[in-house]
Amino acid sequence: MLKPAVSDKDHFQGAKSATIVLVEYGDYQCPHCGRAYPILKKIQKQLGDELKFVFRNFPIEESHPDAVQAAIASEAAALQNKYWEMHDALFEHQNDLSENGILSLAKNLKLDLKKFSADWQSEELSQKVEDDFESGVRSGVNGTPGFFINGQAYYDNWEYEYFLNYLKGLLQVR
Amino acid sequence: MLPLNTKAPEFSLFATPDQKVSLSELIGKKVILAFYPADFSVVCSDQMSLYNATLKFFHKYNAELIGISVDSKWCHMAFAQDRKLHFTLLADFQPKGEVSRLYDVYDEVEGESKRALYVLDEEGIIRWSYLSPVGINPGADGILEALEALSKNKKVVH
Repeated sequence: MLKPAVSDKDHFQGAKSATIVLVEYGDYQCPHCGRAYPILKKIQKQLGDELKFVFRNFPIEESHPDAVQAAIASEAAALQNKYWEMHDALFEHQNDLSENGILSLAKNLKLDLKKFSADWQSEELSQKVEDDFESGVRSGVNGTPGFFINGQAYYDNWEYEYFLNYLKGLLQVR
Repeated sequence: MLPLNTKAPEFSLFATPDQKVSLSELIGKKVILAFYPADFSVVCSDQMSLYNATLKFFHKYNAELIGISVDSKWCHMAFAQDRKLHFTLLADFQPKGEVSRLYDVYDEVEGESKRALYVLDEEGIIRWSYLSPVGINPGADGILEALEALSKNKKVVH
């Protein structure tokens, strides 16, 4: 069960009050999340306004040493209204999430670099990422990517066709 | 699984090549015993890596996490180094599976521990347990809820 429920504090794509709310707990340096990334893009495209997609941070630092700074970078970009642009860029450049790597992504997104760097170091954003992580743990995330559909944990297959059919099935039940 | 509200059986197992840990040494702390089938298998690794990342939440409740499998102390050492684990792994290796049997979580067919969790209170009494399907990482939410409930009860009692 997702705790806390999706709220205005979450970053989302799609329609605000869509029938299906899909939450991903993810880690920018996790290869499985990297593989899920294009699959989710395709699913979002297929389901359009029927789907609201939310991403929450779940960086597993000891396994993925750059995952935390990547997560905080996405939140720093959010303060310049480029959350999803940074989210995409991070997954598309998963092989280099070093400090310099992320800075060059920020540059490509034409962020105000001075502000970005300051926000990137901020205690508040670091805390936000930790809070995301804790909420994931308490919701029962057991690895990444960890999915929740309308608040319920989804531990099943997330390969494109299977996952899309599953979600479409939910639309029909309605 | 052993019944709740009973004393967790004492044991003493190798934590490092030259050091043993006994359960009785941990009196005064809550203890999470995480039995798992094997070092380095995919699901276990996820479970132990996850718990590594959730240690700070366990510590908030004055709880120590102990991983137990039938792997040897040398194997545990390599596994802990590889995954940068910051908690103790105990080797239920000789006699093989003795402690897992004592806790009723030994899989006689596979010759491995089942994937099972026990939460003990500060006096070593079993307060929560969970047997997970062997292929499924049970996550940490159940443990945290158990620890939280224990901490709350404590406040009421004292």
